[in-house]
Amino acid sequence: MAAISFSQVSKRYPGGFEALKGISFAVESGEMLFLTGHSGAGKTTLLKLIAAIERANAGTVLVNGQNVSAMRPAAIPYLRRNLGLVFQGQKLLYDRNVFDNVMLPLIVTGQPYREAAKRTRAALDKVGLLQREKANPVMLSGGEQQRLCVARAVVNRPSIVIADEPTASLDAAYAEEIMAMFGAFNQVGVTVLVATHDQQLIAKWRKRVLTLDHGRLV
Amino acid sequence: MRAWLQHHRLSFAQTLARLAGAPFATLLNTLAIGAALALPLGGYCLLVNLEPLSRNLSAEPELSVFLASDAAKSDATAIEAQLKATAGVSGVRFVGRDAALAELKRTPGMAEVIATLRQNPLPDAFVVTLAGTDAALSDRLEQQFKTLPKVSHVQADSAWVKRLDALLRLGRATVALLGVLLGLVLVAVTFNTIRLQILTQNDEIELCRLIGATRAYIRRPFFYLGSLLGLLGGLAAIALALGTIAWINRDLAQLGVLFGSEFRLQFLSLREMAAALAGALTLGWIGAYMSVSEHLREIEPS
Repeated sequence: MAAISFSQVSKRYPGGFEALKGISFAVESGEMLFLTGHSGAGKTTLLKLIAAIERANAGTVLVNGQNVSAMRPAAIPYLRRNLGLVFQGQKLLYDRNVFDNVMLPLIVTGQPYREAAKRTRAALDKVGLLQREKANPVMLSGGEQQRLCVARAVVNRPSIVIADEPTASLDAAYAEEIMAMFGAFNQVGVTVLVATHDQQLIAKWRKRVLTLDHGRLV
Repeated sequence: MRAWLQHHRLSFAQTLARLAGAPFATLLNTLAIGAALALPLGGYCLLVNLEPLSRNLSAEPELSVFLASDAAKSDATAIEAQLKATAGVSGVRFVGRDAALAELKRTPGMAEVIATLRQNPLPDAFVVTLAGTDAALSDRLEQQFKTLPKVSHVQADSAWVKRLDALLRLGRATVALLGVLLGLVLVAVTFNTIRLQILTQNDEIELCRLIGATRAYIRRPFFYLGSLLGLLGGLAAIALALGTIAWINRDLAQLGVLFGSEFRLQFLSLREMAAALAGALTLGWIGAYMSVSEHLREIEPS
């Protein structure tokens, strides 16, 4: 079964801007691939449609067999619990420490505290931040903050991880590190979709690439 | 179920921490709500105290029935029999014209005036004590007695009771109106407090929605916050009203010494206090509900 499939999906924002025009593609379960294109090509919009942050105006978006474009609002939280999202703006909370930031998805989904704490430590260990669990995210370097975002995205053991420009503000070494983490998740069967405009990175990883140009796949 | 309980516990703890974390704001909010609620609560308290007072004072309403000056002894006897036979009459006392004049003469200064009169100007009269205290009975009997032969005039002593009754009705209406208006104030205060709280937690709420929080999860802590604010405000209102009544009672005690009265204002019963607290809590919850419904829509991702 395809993890993600788009068929003839269009998205027009209020005001008339057409971000996506008749997009069709499928991502197999366990696949890792890149989404690229110039800025404003519609990368972020496409990712938002997968997580039901935006709704398509036409076409069908299926995620794990569920029709996201026709989903009841009350069902959306349960869809998102199965997705690991790494946001472009990071969206870290600076009123709590590293540990609490990572544990939040588990608290939101109602995991018992003890179990949640264990899984949080495991996720922090995977991204190499276990020693910094008491630190405030402000005190972390750019690369560490991005690793924190990755830990938060995977702590819930999602079947699909979606990252929007996860290496945008990082130097090559840090970017490499982050990508290696995504590669490791993919190794254990997680479907990974990374939006990036870093052509060097894409060339190095030799994965399937979806290229958007003015809202169309090329 | 366990997750649900865990989140309730967590929301409650977070709300308490949030209130304790901003003690000054919490104090001011509590005072604003408390002052708003103390007014109707204090008013209600006064009414509750005045109502038995009006009942006590009007316990023995009387009608004075004056006979015509040409009424003979036999007429008076007939009227007395009729008065006694009327339903709703508990006692009839005859005040003869001579007795009335003698009574009047005892009033200082009146003896000289009366001495100048050639004849006794006073009529015979009956003082009728009524069995019931309600104004309707008094009115009905007044009308009925007026139609008796040889009765020239009936005077009800219940006029002031009616006035007090009307005043109390006005008081009740005022307290009810105050209650409604200031209840709205409570709703408005919690509405705004929670709006501010939502704005400061904007990032957290948005993130929680993105990582799979349900709407109920997002709303829960705010419901706790609103209800707790209402409850704290209710407690403050009771404390303020209690303080005011204690203060008034101290003055009443001094007056009591002068006038030989034992009258004190009673405070609300435990049940009434519990009802007031439950009401305040509910109003806080309503304010929270309105605020959350209004403002969470704005941060909902699409």
